[in-house]
Amino acid sequence: MHDRPAGAAAVARRGDADLAAQEAVRFRRVMIAFSLPGGASYPAVAATDLAIGGHEFVAIVGPTGCGKSTLLNVAAGLLAPSSGEVYVLGARLSGINRAAGYLFQQDAVMPWKTARDNVAIGLEVAGIARAEAVAKAQAWLERMGLGAFAERYPHQLSGGQRKRVGLAQVLIRAPKILLMDEPFGPLDAQTRQIMGNLLLELWAFERKAVLFVTHDLEEAIALADRVIIMSAGPAARVIGDHTIDLARPRDASEVRLSPRFHELHKVIWSQLRTEVLKAYNASGATSADAAYSAGGA
Amino acid sequence: MNPQRFRLLLLQALVAVLLVGFWHVGSTVPFGGGYLLPKFFFSTPADVGLRVWKLFAEGTTQIVRCSDPIDPSRLLSTSDPCFGKTVWQHLLITLTEGMLAFIIGALAGVALGFWLARNRLLSAVFEPYIKMLNALPRVVLAPIFMLWLGLGIWSKVALGVTLVFFIVFFNVYQGVREVSGVILANARMLGMSERQLFAHVYWPSALSWMFSSLHTSVGFAIIGAVVGEYLGSAAGLGYLINQAEGTFDTTGVFAGMVILAVFVLVIDGLVTLVERRLLVWRPPAAVGQA
Repeated sequence: MHDRPAGAAAVARRGDADLAAQEAVRFRRVMIAFSLPGGASYPAVAATDLAIGGHEFVAIVGPTGCGKSTLLNVAAGLLAPSSGEVYVLGARLSGINRAAGYLFQQDAVMPWKTARDNVAIGLEVAGIARAEAVAKAQAWLERMGLGAFAERYPHQLSGGQRKRVGLAQVLIRAPKILLMDEPFGPLDAQTRQIMGNLLLELWAFERKAVLFVTHDLEEAIALADRVIIMSAGPAARVIGDHTIDLARPRDASEVRLSPRFHELHKVIWSQLRTEVLKAYNASGATSADAAYSAGGA
Repeated sequence: MNPQRFRLLLLQALVAVLLVGFWHVGSTVPFGGGYLLPKFFFSTPADVGLRVWKLFAEGTTQIVRCSDPIDPSRLLSTSDPCFGKTVWQHLLITLTEGMLAFIIGALAGVALGFWLARNRLLSAVFEPYIKMLNALPRVVLAPIFMLWLGLGIWSKVALGVTLVFFIVFFNVYQGVREVSGVILANARMLGMSERQLFAHVYWPSALSWMFSSLHTSVGFAIIGAVVGEYLGSAAGLGYLINQAEGTFDTTGVFAGMVILAVFVLVIDGLVTLVERRLLVWRPPAAVGQA
Protein backbone atom coordinates (compact mmCIF):
# COMPACT_ATOMS: atom_id res chain seq x y z
CA MET A 1 0.00 0.00 0.00
CA HIS A 2 2.89 2.35 0.71
CA ASP A 3 4.00 2.31 -2.90
CA ARG A 4 0.52 2.96 -4.15
CA PRO A 5 0.57 6.13 -6.23
CA ALA A 6 -2.13 8.62 -5.58
CA GLY A 7 -4.77 9.52 -8.09
CA ALA A 8 -7.61 7.58 -9.54
CA ALA A 9 -6.01 6.92 -12.90
CA ALA A 10 -3.12 5.10 -11.26
CA VAL A 11 -5.45 3.08 -9.06
CA ALA A 12 -7.52 2.13 -12.07
CA ARG A 13 -4.48 0.71 -13.82
CA ARG A 14 -3.75 -1.54 -10.88
CA GLY A 15 -6.85 -3.65 -11.28
CA ASP A 16 -10.20 -4.14 -9.59
CA ALA A 17 -11.39 -3.56 -13.10
CA ASP A 18 -15.13 -3.88 -12.48
CA LEU A 19 -15.34 -0.76 -10.37
CA ALA A 20 -12.25 1.16 -11.39
CA ALA A 21 -13.03 0.95 -15.08
CA GLN A 22 -16.39 2.47 -14.30
CA GLU A 23 -17.12 5.92 -13.15
CA ALA A 24 -18.77 5.85 -9.75
CA VAL A 25 -20.80 8.98 -10.39
CA ARG A 26 -21.14 11.14 -13.48
CA PHE A 27 -23.09 14.37 -13.64
CA ARG A 28 -24.10 15.15 -17.21
CA ARG A 29 -25.29 18.71 -17.83
CA VAL A 30 -26.90 18.69 -14.39
CA MET A 31 -28.79 21.89 -13.65
CA ILE A 32 -30.66 22.56 -10.43
CA ALA A 33 -33.18 25.32 -9.86
CA PHE A 34 -35.53 25.92 -6.97
CA SER A 35 -38.91 27.50 -7.39
CA LEU A 36 -39.47 30.41 -5.07
CA PRO A 37 -42.77 31.52 -3.58
CA GLY A 38 -44.25 33.89 -6.13
CA GLY A 39 -43.48 31.76 -9.14
CA ALA A 40 -39.88 32.85 -9.66
CA SER A 41 -37.13 30.30 -9.96
CA TYR A 42 -33.69 30.44 -8.38
CA PRO A 43 -30.90 28.77 -10.34
CA ALA A 44 -28.77 27.04 -7.68
CA VAL A 45 -26.38 25.07 -9.85
CA ALA A 46 -25.64 25.83 -13.51
CA ALA A 47 -25.19 23.02 -16.03
CA THR A 48 -22.45 20.90 -14.51
CA ASP A 49 -20.37 18.06 -15.91
CA LEU A 50 -18.38 16.10 -13.40
CA ALA A 51 -17.13 12.53 -13.08
CA ILE A 52 -15.90 10.70 -9.99
CA GLY A 53 -13.79 7.59 -10.58
CA GLY A 54 -14.44 4.23 -8.99
CA HIS A 55 -11.80 4.57 -6.27
CA GLU A 56 -11.43 8.27 -6.19
CA PHE A 57 -11.67 10.52 -3.14
CA VAL A 58 -13.05 13.79 -4.47
CA ALA A 59 -13.64 16.86 -2.33
CA ILE A 60 -15.94 19.65 -3.44
CA VAL A 61 -15.07 23.04 -1.96
CA GLY A 62 -16.90 26.28 -2.43
CA PRO A 63 -18.24 29.29 -0.57
CA THR A 64 -21.28 28.95 1.67
CA GLY A 65 -24.51 28.57 -0.27
CA CYS A 66 -22.80 27.65 -3.54
CA GLY A 67 -24.94 24.56 -4.02
CA LYS A 68 -22.32 21.94 -3.26
CA SER A 69 -24.62 20.14 -0.83
CA THR A 70 -27.39 20.40 -3.39
CA LEU A 71 -25.18 18.63 -5.89
CA LEU A 72 -24.53 15.92 -3.30
CA ASN A 73 -28.26 15.46 -2.71
CA VAL A 74 -28.68 14.99 -6.44
CA ALA A 75 -25.98 12.30 -6.41
CA ALA A 76 -27.82 10.65 -3.50
CA GLY A 77 -31.08 10.66 -5.42
CA LEU A 78 -32.78 12.69 -2.67
CA LEU A 79 -33.26 15.54 -5.12
CA ALA A 80 -33.98 15.28 -8.83
CA PRO A 81 -32.02 17.65 -11.08
CA SER A 82 -34.07 20.23 -12.98
CA SER A 83 -32.37 19.08 -16.14
CA GLY A 84 -29.50 16.79 -17.05
CA GLU A 85 -28.77 13.27 -15.89
CA VAL A 86 -26.84 11.50 -13.16
CA TYR A 87 -25.19 8.17 -13.87
CA VAL A 88 -24.22 5.85 -11.03
CA LEU A 89 -21.83 3.00 -11.90
CA GLY A 90 -22.81 3.44 -15.51
CA ALA A 91 -26.58 3.31 -15.03
CA ARG A 92 -28.85 6.31 -15.07
CA LEU A 93 -30.04 7.24 -11.58
CA SER A 94 -33.72 7.51 -10.79
CA GLY A 95 -34.96 7.54 -7.22
CA ILE A 96 -32.68 6.85 -4.27
CA ASN A 97 -29.08 5.96 -5.07
CA ARG A 98 -28.88 2.41 -3.71
CA ALA A 99 -25.13 2.13 -4.26
CA ALA A 100 -24.36 5.11 -2.04
CA GLY A 101 -24.02 5.73 1.65
CA TYR A 102 -24.65 9.27 2.86
CA LEU A 103 -23.12 10.86 5.95
CA PHE A 104 -25.04 14.01 6.80
CA GLN A 105 -23.76 17.18 8.37
CA GLN A 106 -26.39 17.16 11.09
CA ASP A 107 -27.08 14.30 13.47
CA ALA A 108 -29.06 11.80 11.46
CA VAL A 109 -29.03 8.78 13.77
CA MET A 110 -32.37 7.77 15.20
CA PRO A 111 -32.61 9.08 18.77
CA TRP A 112 -34.97 6.24 19.80
CA LYS A 113 -32.50 3.50 18.94
CA THR A 114 -29.34 2.57 20.80
CA ALA A 115 -25.99 3.02 19.05
CA ARG A 116 -25.94 -0.68 18.17
CA ASP A 117 -29.50 -0.75 16.83
CA ASN A 118 -28.77 2.37 14.80
CA VAL A 119 -25.82 0.64 13.13
CA ALA A 120 -27.67 -2.66 12.68
CA ILE A 121 -30.74 -1.12 11.06
CA GLY A 122 -29.13 -0.77 7.61
CA LEU A 123 -28.68 -4.55 7.50
CA GLU A 124 -32.02 -5.36 9.11
CA VAL A 125 -34.03 -3.46 6.53
CA ALA A 126 -32.10 -5.33 3.84
CA GLY A 127 -33.53 -8.57 5.23
CA ILE A 128 -30.56 -9.82 7.24
CA ALA A 129 -31.52 -11.68 10.42
CA ARG A 130 -31.50 -9.50 13.50
CA ALA A 131 -28.95 -11.58 15.43
CA GLU A 132 -26.46 -11.42 12.58
CA ALA A 133 -27.06 -7.70 11.97
CA VAL A 134 -26.55 -6.93 15.66
CA ALA A 135 -23.34 -8.95 15.82
CA LYS A 136 -21.96 -7.13 12.80
CA ALA A 137 -23.03 -3.79 14.23
CA GLN A 138 -21.17 -4.58 17.44
CA ALA A 139 -18.05 -5.40 15.41
CA TRP A 140 -18.33 -2.09 13.54
CA LEU A 141 -18.78 -0.14 16.76
CA GLU A 142 -15.66 -1.82 18.16
CA ARG A 143 -13.79 -0.83 15.02
CA MET A 144 -14.89 2.75 15.66
CA GLY A 145 -13.71 2.53 19.26
CA LEU A 146 -17.28 2.56 20.56
CA GLY A 147 -17.59 -1.07 21.68
CA ALA A 148 -18.40 -0.05 25.24
CA PHE A 149 -21.08 2.43 24.13
CA ALA A 150 -23.26 0.04 22.13
CA GLU A 151 -26.18 0.20 24.57
CA ARG A 152 -26.18 3.98 24.80
CA TYR A 153 -28.79 6.19 23.20
CA PRO A 154 -27.57 9.03 20.96
CA HIS A 155 -28.27 11.71 23.58
CA GLN A 156 -25.87 9.91 25.92
CA LEU A 157 -23.01 10.17 23.41
CA SER A 158 -20.75 13.10 22.52
CA GLY A 159 -20.92 14.81 19.12
CA GLY A 160 -17.84 12.96 17.89
CA GLN A 161 -19.19 9.62 19.11
CA ARG A 162 -22.51 10.21 17.37
CA LYS A 163 -20.60 11.00 14.18
CA ARG A 164 -18.75 7.69 14.46
CA VAL A 165 -22.04 5.87 15.00
CA GLY A 166 -23.30 7.60 11.85
CA LEU A 167 -20.22 6.54 9.93
CA ALA A 168 -20.59 2.92 11.08
CA GLN A 169 -24.28 3.05 10.19
CA VAL A 170 -23.35 4.02 6.63
CA LEU A 171 -20.32 1.78 6.17
CA ILE A 172 -21.91 -1.43 7.50
CA ARG A 173 -23.97 -1.58 4.31
CA ALA A 174 -20.73 -1.62 2.30
CA PRO A 175 -21.79 1.09 -0.16
CA LYS A 176 -19.65 1.43 -3.27
CA ILE A 177 -19.94 5.20 -3.10
CA LEU A 178 -19.65 7.36 -0.02
CA LEU A 179 -21.30 10.78 -0.04
CA MET A 180 -20.33 13.12 2.78
CA ASP A 181 -21.84 16.53 3.41
CA GLU A 182 -19.49 18.50 5.68
CA PRO A 183 -19.65 15.50 7.96
CA PHE A 184 -17.20 16.85 10.53
CA GLY A 185 -18.51 20.41 10.35
CA PRO A 186 -20.10 20.57 13.80
CA LEU A 187 -17.11 18.99 15.57
CA ASP A 188 -14.25 20.79 17.32
CA ALA A 189 -10.88 21.11 15.55
CA GLN A 190 -9.18 18.19 17.35
CA THR A 191 -12.04 15.79 16.88
CA ARG A 192 -12.21 16.78 13.21
CA GLN A 193 -8.62 15.71 12.61
CA ILE A 194 -9.11 12.45 14.49
CA MET A 195 -12.23 11.76 12.41
CA GLY A 196 -10.31 12.67 9.25
CA ASN A 197 -7.65 10.10 10.05
CA LEU A 198 -10.27 7.50 10.92
CA LEU A 199 -11.92 8.12 7.57
CA LEU A 200 -8.62 7.82 5.67
CA GLU A 201 -7.84 4.60 7.52
CA LEU A 202 -11.21 3.07 6.68
CA TRP A 203 -11.01 4.32 3.10
CA ALA A 204 -7.57 2.74 2.61
CA PHE A 205 -9.13 -0.72 3.14
CA GLU A 206 -11.59 -0.62 0.30
CA ARG A 207 -10.96 2.60 -1.59
CA LYS A 208 -14.58 3.39 -2.21
CA ALA A 209 -15.45 6.33 -4.37
CA VAL A 210 -15.90 9.30 -2.03
CA LEU A 211 -17.62 12.59 -2.72
CA PHE A 212 -16.78 14.85 0.19
CA VAL A 213 -18.35 18.29 0.46
CA THR A 214 -16.64 20.80 2.73
CA HIS A 215 -16.01 24.51 3.04
CA ASP A 216 -12.65 23.82 4.70
CA LEU A 217 -9.98 23.84 1.98
CA GLU A 218 -7.27 22.45 4.27
CA GLU A 219 -9.44 19.48 5.16
CA ALA A 220 -10.18 18.91 1.47
CA ILE A 221 -6.50 18.89 0.47
CA ALA A 222 -5.51 16.72 3.43
CA LEU A 223 -8.04 14.01 2.58
CA ALA A 224 -8.76 14.00 -1.15
CA ASP A 225 -7.23 12.88 -4.44
CA ARG A 226 -8.96 15.68 -6.27
CA VAL A 227 -10.34 19.01 -5.14
CA ILE A 228 -13.18 20.56 -7.13
CA ILE A 229 -13.80 24.27 -6.67
CA MET A 230 -17.28 25.67 -7.17
CA SER A 231 -18.11 29.29 -7.84
CA ALA A 232 -20.36 31.39 -5.65
CA GLY A 233 -24.09 31.10 -6.38
CA PRO A 234 -26.49 31.78 -7.97
CA ALA A 235 -25.95 29.40 -10.87
CA ALA A 236 -22.84 27.94 -9.27
CA ARG A 237 -20.54 25.95 -11.51
CA VAL A 238 -17.28 24.04 -11.33
CA ILE A 239 -14.41 26.49 -11.83
CA GLY A 240 -11.43 24.42 -10.75
CA ASP A 241 -10.33 20.79 -10.69
CA HIS A 242 -7.05 20.15 -8.89
CA THR A 243 -5.25 16.83 -8.53
CA ILE A 244 -3.75 16.40 -5.07
CA ASP A 245 -0.53 14.44 -5.51
CA LEU A 246 0.34 14.07 -1.82
CA ALA A 247 1.60 10.56 -1.04
CA ARG A 248 -0.66 8.05 0.68
CA PRO A 249 -1.11 6.83 3.31
CA ARG A 250 -1.48 10.26 4.78
CA ASP A 251 -1.93 11.55 8.28
CA ALA A 252 -4.66 14.15 8.09
CA SER A 253 -2.90 16.47 10.53
CA GLU A 254 0.78 15.86 9.72
CA VAL A 255 0.29 16.22 5.97
CA ARG A 256 -0.59 19.86 6.58
CA LEU A 257 3.02 20.56 7.53
CA SER A 258 4.53 19.34 4.24
CA PRO A 259 5.82 21.91 1.67
CA ARG A 260 3.76 20.36 -1.12
CA PHE A 261 0.61 20.89 0.93
CA HIS A 262 1.40 24.57 1.18
CA GLU A 263 2.05 24.89 -2.54
CA LEU A 264 -1.26 23.25 -3.36
CA HIS A 265 -3.08 25.28 -0.77
CA LYS A 266 -1.65 28.51 -2.17
CA VAL A 267 -2.67 27.72 -5.73
CA ILE A 268 -6.18 26.56 -4.89
CA TRP A 269 -6.87 29.22 -2.29
CA SER A 270 -6.01 32.02 -4.75
CA GLN A 271 -8.84 30.69 -6.90
CA LEU A 272 -11.24 30.03 -4.07
CA ARG A 273 -10.70 33.38 -2.37
CA THR A 274 -12.31 35.39 -5.15
CA GLU A 275 -15.41 33.23 -4.91
CA VAL A 276 -15.57 33.40 -1.15
CA LEU A 277 -15.41 37.19 -1.30
CA LYS A 278 -18.08 37.25 -3.99
CA ALA A 279 -20.36 35.10 -1.84
CA TYR A 280 -19.59 37.22 1.21
CA ASN A 281 -20.47 40.45 -0.55
CA ALA A 282 -23.64 38.94 -1.95
CA SER A 283 -24.79 37.41 1.33
CA GLY A 284 -28.06 38.89 2.47
CA ALA A 285 -28.02 41.25 -0.49
CA THR A 286 -30.83 39.58 -2.41
CA SER A 287 -34.02 37.99 -1.31
CA ALA A 288 -33.28 35.02 -3.53
CA ASP A 289 -30.14 34.27 -1.55
CA ALA A 290 -32.03 34.41 1.69
CA ALA A 291 -34.74 32.10 0.37
CA TYR A 292 -32.11 29.74 -0.89
CA SER A 293 -30.25 29.40 2.36
CA ALA A 294 -33.55 29.11 4.21
CA GLY A 295 -34.33 26.19 1.95
CA GLY A 296 -31.58 24.25 3.65
CA ALA A 297 -28.85 24.42 1.03
CA MET B 1 -32.97 9.26 51.02
CA ASN B 2 -30.79 12.32 50.53
CA PRO B 3 -31.28 15.40 52.74
CA GLN B 4 -32.63 17.55 49.90
CA ARG B 5 -35.36 15.09 49.04
CA PHE B 6 -36.19 14.69 52.73
CA ARG B 7 -36.51 18.46 53.10
CA LEU B 8 -38.80 18.63 50.09
CA LEU B 9 -41.05 15.90 51.48
CA LEU B 10 -41.15 17.69 54.81
CA LEU B 11 -42.22 20.95 53.16
CA GLN B 12 -44.86 19.15 51.11
CA ALA B 13 -46.25 17.54 54.28
CA LEU B 14 -46.23 20.95 55.97
CA VAL B 15 -48.51 22.37 53.29
CA ALA B 16 -51.01 19.54 53.89
CA VAL B 17 -50.84 20.01 57.67
CA LEU B 18 -51.41 23.76 57.37
CA LEU B 19 -54.36 23.39 54.99
CA VAL B 20 -56.06 20.66 57.00
CA GLY B 21 -55.27 22.53 60.21
CA PHE B 22 -56.91 25.68 58.90
CA TRP B 23 -59.92 23.67 57.77
CA HIS B 24 -60.17 21.95 61.16
CA VAL B 25 -59.89 25.17 63.18
CA GLY B 26 -62.20 27.10 60.87
CA SER B 27 -64.93 24.46 61.06
CA THR B 28 -64.76 23.48 64.76
CA VAL B 29 -63.57 26.55 66.73
CA PRO B 30 -66.22 29.30 67.14
CA PHE B 31 -65.11 32.62 65.74
CA GLY B 32 -67.01 35.84 66.45
CA GLY B 33 -70.40 34.20 67.14
CA GLY B 34 -70.18 31.71 64.27
CA TYR B 35 -67.73 29.56 62.37
CA LEU B 36 -65.31 30.72 59.73
CA LEU B 37 -66.05 27.54 57.78
CA PRO B 38 -69.58 26.40 58.75
CA LYS B 39 -69.94 22.63 59.00
CA PHE B 40 -72.95 22.60 56.73
CA PHE B 41 -70.89 23.93 53.83
CA PHE B 42 -67.41 22.65 54.65
CA SER B 43 -67.84 19.63 56.94
CA THR B 44 -64.72 18.94 59.05
CA PRO B 45 -61.52 17.06 58.21
CA ALA B 46 -62.19 14.52 60.97
CA ASP B 47 -65.70 13.80 59.68
CA VAL B 48 -64.47 13.48 56.12
CA GLY B 49 -61.67 11.13 57.21
CA LEU B 50 -64.12 9.10 59.21
CA ARG B 51 -66.53 8.91 56.26
CA VAL B 52 -63.79 7.68 53.93
CA TRP B 53 -62.88 5.05 56.48
CA LYS B 54 -66.53 4.06 56.91
CA LEU B 55 -67.07 3.76 53.14
CA PHE B 56 -64.16 1.38 52.78
CA ALA B 57 -64.98 -0.51 56.00
CA GLU B 58 -68.63 -1.03 55.08
CA GLY B 59 -67.77 -1.93 51.51
CA THR B 60 -65.21 -4.47 52.63
CA THR B 61 -67.57 -5.92 55.24
CA GLN B 62 -70.33 -6.32 52.67
CA ILE B 63 -68.02 -8.31 50.46
CA VAL B 64 -66.49 -10.37 53.27
CA ARG B 65 -69.83 -11.21 54.94
CA CYS B 66 -71.32 -12.30 51.71
CA SER B 67 -71.32 -16.09 51.71
CA ASP B 68 -71.57 -16.39 47.94
CA PRO B 69 -68.31 -16.26 45.98
CA ILE B 70 -68.03 -13.09 43.89
CA ASP B 71 -69.19 -13.67 40.35
CA PRO B 72 -66.64 -11.95 38.10
CA SER B 73 -69.22 -11.49 35.36
CA ARG B 74 -71.26 -9.35 37.76
CA LEU B 75 -68.45 -7.13 39.01
CA LEU B 76 -69.90 -4.11 37.25
CA SER B 77 -73.50 -4.92 38.11
CA THR B 78 -74.95 -2.63 40.79
CA SER B 79 -77.48 -5.27 41.75
CA ASP B 80 -74.83 -7.82 42.71
CA PRO B 81 -75.66 -8.72 46.34
CA CYS B 82 -72.02 -8.88 47.41
CA PHE B 83 -70.07 -6.38 45.37
CA GLY B 84 -72.87 -4.03 44.26
CA LYS B 85 -72.81 -0.43 45.52
CA THR B 86 -69.64 -0.87 47.56
CA VAL B 87 -66.93 1.78 47.29
CA TRP B 88 -64.76 -0.89 45.66
CA GLN B 89 -67.28 -1.27 42.91
CA HIS B 90 -67.47 2.50 42.42
CA LEU B 91 -63.68 2.61 42.06
CA LEU B 92 -63.66 -0.36 39.70
CA ILE B 93 -66.37 1.13 37.51
CA THR B 94 -64.67 4.53 37.23
CA LEU B 95 -61.38 2.79 36.52
CA THR B 96 -62.96 0.59 33.84
CA GLU B 97 -64.64 3.55 32.17
CA GLY B 98 -61.44 5.60 32.27
CA MET B 99 -59.29 2.80 30.87
CA LEU B 100 -61.76 1.96 28.09
CA ALA B 101 -62.00 5.64 27.19
CA PHE B 102 -58.22 5.92 27.12
CA ILE B 103 -57.69 2.78 25.02
CA ILE B 104 -60.41 3.55 22.47
CA GLY B 105 -59.54 7.26 22.29
CA ALA B 106 -55.82 6.57 21.95
CA LEU B 107 -56.29 3.93 19.24
CA ALA B 108 -58.59 6.20 17.24
CA GLY B 109 -56.28 9.18 17.78
CA VAL B 110 -53.19 7.26 16.65
CA ALA B 111 -54.92 5.83 13.59
CA LEU B 112 -56.48 9.09 12.43
CA GLY B 113 -53.43 11.15 13.39
CA PHE B 114 -51.23 8.96 11.23
CA TRP B 115 -53.66 8.89 8.37
CA LEU B 116 -54.18 12.64 8.19
CA ALA B 117 -50.53 13.50 8.77
CA ARG B 118 -49.51 11.36 5.80
CA ASN B 119 -52.25 12.71 3.57
CA ARG B 120 -52.06 16.46 2.92
CA LEU B 121 -55.37 16.69 1.07
CA LEU B 122 -57.39 14.82 3.68
CA SER B 123 -55.90 16.82 6.50
CA ALA B 124 -56.72 20.07 4.69
CA VAL B 125 -60.30 18.90 4.10
CA PHE B 126 -60.89 17.82 7.69
CA GLU B 127 -59.01 20.64 9.39
CA PRO B 128 -61.99 23.00 10.03
CA TYR B 129 -64.17 20.15 11.30
CA ILE B 130 -61.53 18.88 13.68
CA LYS B 131 -60.96 22.39 15.00
CA MET B 132 -64.69 22.84 15.45
CA LEU B 133 -65.14 19.58 17.35
CA ASN B 134 -62.11 20.30 19.50
CA ALA B 135 -63.44 23.75 20.41
CA LEU B 136 -66.76 22.27 21.51
CA PRO B 137 -67.04 21.90 25.32
CA ARG B 138 -67.33 18.13 25.57
CA VAL B 139 -69.75 18.23 28.52
CA VAL B 140 -72.58 19.24 26.18
CA LEU B 141 -72.19 15.88 24.47
CA ALA B 142 -72.94 13.96 27.67
CA PRO B 143 -76.78 14.13 27.38
CA ILE B 144 -76.61 12.97 23.76
CA PHE B 145 -74.38 10.05 24.69
CA MET B 146 -76.83 9.09 27.45
CA LEU B 147 -79.68 9.11 24.97
CA TRP B 148 -77.71 6.99 22.56
CA LEU B 149 -75.91 4.64 24.90
CA GLY B 150 -78.01 4.59 28.06
CA LEU B 151 -77.04 5.14 31.68
CA GLY B 152 -74.47 2.32 31.81
CA ILE B 153 -70.73 2.62 31.43
CA TRP B 154 -70.67 3.18 27.65
CA SER B 155 -72.05 6.72 27.71
CA LYS B 156 -69.20 7.62 30.12
CA VAL B 157 -66.66 5.85 27.96
CA ALA B 158 -67.88 7.81 24.94
CA LEU B 159 -67.48 11.10 26.80
CA GLY B 160 -63.93 10.15 27.84
CA VAL B 161 -63.11 9.08 24.27
CA THR B 162 -64.02 12.50 22.91
CA LEU B 163 -61.59 14.05 25.39
CA VAL B 164 -58.71 11.59 24.93
CA PHE B 165 -59.03 11.35 21.17
CA PHE B 166 -58.15 14.97 20.45
CA ILE B 167 -55.12 15.05 22.73
CA VAL B 168 -53.68 11.89 21.20
CA PHE B 169 -54.71 12.87 17.69
CA PHE B 170 -52.97 16.25 17.79
CA ASN B 171 -49.83 14.78 19.33
CA VAL B 172 -49.52 11.93 16.84
CA TYR B 173 -50.27 14.30 13.96
CA GLN B 174 -47.53 16.61 15.19
CA GLY B 175 -45.16 13.72 15.80
CA VAL B 176 -45.51 12.40 12.26
CA ARG B 177 -45.35 15.84 10.67
CA GLU B 178 -42.31 16.93 12.63
CA VAL B 179 -40.04 13.98 12.02
CA SER B 180 -36.68 15.55 11.30
CA GLY B 181 -36.03 15.79 7.57
CA VAL B 182 -32.44 14.69 8.06
CA ILE B 183 -33.42 11.53 9.95
CA LEU B 184 -35.93 10.76 7.23
CA ALA B 185 -33.42 11.32 4.42
CA ASN B 186 -30.88 9.23 6.29
CA ALA B 187 -33.38 6.41 6.76
CA ARG B 188 -34.16 6.49 3.03
CA MET B 189 -30.47 6.36 2.20
CA LEU B 190 -30.14 3.35 4.51
CA GLY B 191 -32.49 1.56 2.16
CA MET B 192 -35.80 1.77 4.04
CA SER B 193 -39.01 1.22 2.14
CA GLU B 194 -42.14 3.22 2.98
CA ARG B 195 -43.28 0.44 5.30
CA GLN B 196 -39.93 0.33 7.05
CA LEU B 197 -39.96 4.11 7.41
CA PHE B 198 -43.30 3.72 9.14
CA ALA B 199 -41.99 1.12 11.57
CA HIS B 200 -38.60 2.65 12.35
CA VAL B 201 -39.10 6.39 11.96
CA TYR B 202 -42.71 7.65 11.89
CA TRP B 203 -44.06 5.24 14.49
CA PRO B 204 -41.41 5.82 17.21
CA SER B 205 -41.58 9.54 16.63
CA ALA B 206 -45.37 9.64 16.90
CA LEU B 207 -45.35 7.36 19.95
CA SER B 208 -42.89 9.58 21.73
CA TRP B 209 -45.21 12.53 21.22
CA MET B 210 -48.16 10.48 22.38
CA PHE B 211 -46.39 9.25 25.49
CA SER B 212 -45.29 12.75 26.38
CA SER B 213 -49.00 13.58 26.64
CA LEU B 214 -49.81 10.41 28.56
CA HIS B 215 -50.42 12.23 31.85
CA THR B 216 -52.86 14.61 30.23
CA SER B 217 -54.74 11.99 28.26
CA VAL B 218 -55.08 9.51 31.14
CA GLY B 219 -56.22 12.38 33.36
CA PHE B 220 -58.84 13.40 30.83
CA ALA B 221 -60.09 9.83 30.49
CA ILE B 222 -60.84 9.81 34.24
CA ILE B 223 -62.41 13.28 34.03
CA GLY B 224 -64.69 12.08 31.24
CA ALA B 225 -65.75 9.08 33.30
CA VAL B 226 -66.44 11.06 36.50
CA VAL B 227 -68.29 13.89 34.76
CA GLY B 228 -70.41 11.35 32.90
CA GLU B 229 -71.25 9.53 36.11
CA TYR B 230 -72.04 12.79 37.83
CA LEU B 231 -74.55 13.72 35.15
CA GLY B 232 -76.42 10.44 35.28
CA SER B 233 -75.50 6.97 36.41
CA ALA B 234 -76.09 4.28 39.01
CA ALA B 235 -72.47 3.69 40.06
CA GLY B 236 -68.97 5.15 40.10
CA LEU B 237 -67.16 7.89 42.02
CA GLY B 238 -69.09 10.60 40.19
CA TYR B 239 -72.32 8.92 41.25
CA LEU B 240 -71.10 8.76 44.86
CA ILE B 241 -70.47 12.50 44.88
CA ASN B 242 -73.71 13.27 43.09
CA GLN B 243 -75.73 11.20 45.59
CA ALA B 244 -74.13 12.96 48.56
CA GLU B 245 -74.75 16.35 46.99
CA GLY B 246 -78.42 15.50 46.41
CA THR B 247 -78.97 15.12 50.16
CA PHE B 248 -76.82 18.13 51.15
CA ASP B 249 -74.35 15.68 52.63
CA THR B 250 -71.22 17.85 52.48
CA THR B 251 -69.17 15.24 54.29
CA GLY B 252 -70.06 12.71 51.62
CA VAL B 253 -69.11 15.11 48.82
CA PHE B 254 -65.71 15.80 50.38
CA ALA B 255 -65.17 12.11 51.09
CA GLY B 256 -65.84 11.34 47.42
CA MET B 257 -63.43 14.08 46.40
CA VAL B 258 -60.69 12.70 48.65
CA ILE B 259 -61.11 9.18 47.27
CA LEU B 260 -61.08 10.54 43.72
CA ALA B 261 -57.93 12.62 44.36
CA VAL B 262 -56.00 9.68 45.82
CA PHE B 263 -57.22 7.44 42.99
CA VAL B 264 -55.95 9.93 40.36
CA LEU B 265 -52.61 10.29 42.19
CA VAL B 266 -52.10 6.52 42.14
CA ILE B 267 -52.91 6.33 38.43
CA ASP B 268 -50.59 9.26 37.68
CA GLY B 269 -47.81 7.47 39.54
CA LEU B 270 -48.35 4.37 37.42
CA VAL B 271 -48.25 6.50 34.25
CA THR B 272 -44.92 7.98 35.35
CA LEU B 273 -43.51 4.45 35.72
CA VAL B 274 -44.75 3.46 32.26
CA GLU B 275 -43.38 6.68 30.75
CA ARG B 276 -39.93 6.15 32.27
CA ARG B 277 -39.83 2.71 30.78
CA LEU B 278 -40.99 3.77 27.30
CA LEU B 279 -39.09 7.03 26.84
CA VAL B 280 -35.74 5.81 28.07
CA TRP B 281 -34.07 7.12 24.91
CA ARG B 282 -35.09 10.69 25.54
CA PRO B 283 -32.76 13.22 27.12
CA PRO B 284 -34.08 13.74 30.68
CA ALA B 285 -34.98 17.39 30.12
CA ALA B 286 -37.26 16.56 27.22
CA VAL B 287 -39.40 14.01 29.07
CA GLY B 288 -42.77 15.37 30.05
CA GLN B 289 -42.51 18.36 27.76
CA ALA B 290 -44.63 19.17 24.73
